[in-house]
Amino acid sequence: MIVFDQVTIRFGNGTQALSDVSFAIGEGEFVVVEGASGAGKTSLMRSLIKDITPTHGKIVVDGDDLSKISAKNLPLLRRKVGVVFQDFKLLFDRTVAENIDLALDIMGLDKNLITKRRTELLTLTGLSGKEDHFPIQLSGGELQRVGVARALSTQPKVLFADEPTGNLDAKTGLSIIRLLQDIHEQGTTVVMATHDLELIKDLKLRRLRMDKGKLVHDSGVHHHPPKTDQPKADKPGEDQLKADPAQRDKSDKVEST
Amino acid sequence: MTPKNTVLKHIRRSPYQSISAIFMTVTTFLIVSIFSLVVLGAGRMLSYFESRPQVTAFFKDDTTSMQVDSLKSVISASTPVESMRYLSKEDALAIYREQNTDNPLLLEMVTADILPASLEVSAKNVTDLEAIAGVMQANLSVEEVVFQKDVIDTLKKWVSGIRLTGIVLSSLLIFASLTTIIVILGLKFTARKTEIKTLSLLGATSWYIRGPFVSEGIIYGVLGSFLGWGLAYLALLYLTPNLVEFLQGIPLLPVPLWIMFALLGAELLLGLMIGGLASLIATRRYGR
Repeated sequence: MIVFDQVTIRFGNGTQALSDVSFAIGEGEFVVVEGASGAGKTSLMRSLIKDITPTHGKIVVDGDDLSKISAKNLPLLRRKVGVVFQDFKLLFDRTVAENIDLALDIMGLDKNLITKRRTELLTLTGLSGKEDHFPIQLSGGELQRVGVARALSTQPKVLFADEPTGNLDAKTGLSIIRLLQDIHEQGTTVVMATHDLELIKDLKLRRLRMDKGKLVHDSGVHHHPPKTDQPKADKPGEDQLKADPAQRDKSDKVEST
Repeated sequence: MTPKNTVLKHIRRSPYQSISAIFMTVTTFLIVSIFSLVVLGAGRMLSYFESRPQVTAFFKDDTTSMQVDSLKSVISASTPVESMRYLSKEDALAIYREQNTDNPLLLEMVTADILPASLEVSAKNVTDLEAIAGVMQANLSVEEVVFQKDVIDTLKKWVSGIRLTGIVLSSLLIFASLTTIIVILGLKFTARKTEIKTLSLLGATSWYIRGPFVSEGIIYGVLGSFLGWGLAYLALLYLTPNLVEFLQGIPLLPVPLWIMFALLGAELLLGLMIGGLASLIATRRYGR
């Protein structure tokens, strides 16, 4: 699903964010990228959505070699992956509903389909009844739930969460981790970066430890999602997207240069 | 949020910037409209004078109708003539009376005897006027020749001067409108950098991000051109009675509706191009 092959990222000022990092993440894994501030976690996450480009090495996400994706086709890659940001990156002049709709609106989906999908996500993230609230009216945990709902709206195969608990207290952070686990159990590959080791100490997940831009430890524990009674197609909203294969194709296909 | 709502929100959020962009385009198109109408009117005025009798020969009192006919024949034979009109002393008095109906004292003092008979000649080409005037001056029964070529030449110089001034002024104002919209949309684009970055990370295409800004620029251009045209038209309607009096029978007014609508169409197109081009430049330049 995700391959990092000898990836090095060096910024213009000479700072080396990642140094010869190699790993592979299979479909359905929940992987935690841990490390102190400045270890390279955020650079790693940003490189996964081609927000920054490696100086050296190769990154493959869901079969797409990122170095071969042109600027024109980059949006198609980004629609395939869901991203949860530490600072939420919500649009504060839009309501919760409008923020969740954003990614689907970008894909140009039908209004009815967007409304249906949003309702499912509000239920999943425990935000039902808050759709007309503006971000300023929400708590930190609720803001991050909106971020998660928005990231999941396009039904991505893989979800990147960059310090999703970074701005939250321990209890709220834990609720977000549980939400990510729920999402993972429904079949989504989750990659989460965090520096809060206390929060994840009891979780049996594969861990990639970063230090000064280098991958210093890979626990190698591949934790596949438990078998659930629900088939994968029963993921919230998937039936609607399946009903409209053109939309699904549009979001899945990324052409390489 | 629909693209239309996004555009309206952008405009509502920074009303003074939007007003200044619209004000600039309105000013531009008001000036463009005024100069277009003036140039159009001046051109028609020139055509009017060129098609009117441009050389007039005034006869001596003792001129006979045979001498007049003889002059007519000589002129017709020497140059292509559009029309010739003989005005007798009585005709001249009738015209004089018509022009001075509101001054009875003048009417009492003037009789047909003191007015000269005349021959008005309109040439097919302005260039032939000089030859016709030469033939007239050579005729012994002609007392005076009034030659309008100098008037037309002066008018031509004015028309080309007005046209040049209009083109230069309009070009400068169009450039000013273009740069105003570029700067204003650039500021708006920069102010929403965080939102744009988020949209980009969520997979928005360049057009999805730039679309509302381009639409906003087009609104400024089109709205400005419509309002500028409307103001010029209102001013024209308001001034028409005074202008009709000033022009003394030269049939320029009222301006036909089709001309006004053709002007509106051309200005809307120009407004659309200015707004569209400015917004494309702004979003490209500031979006880097």
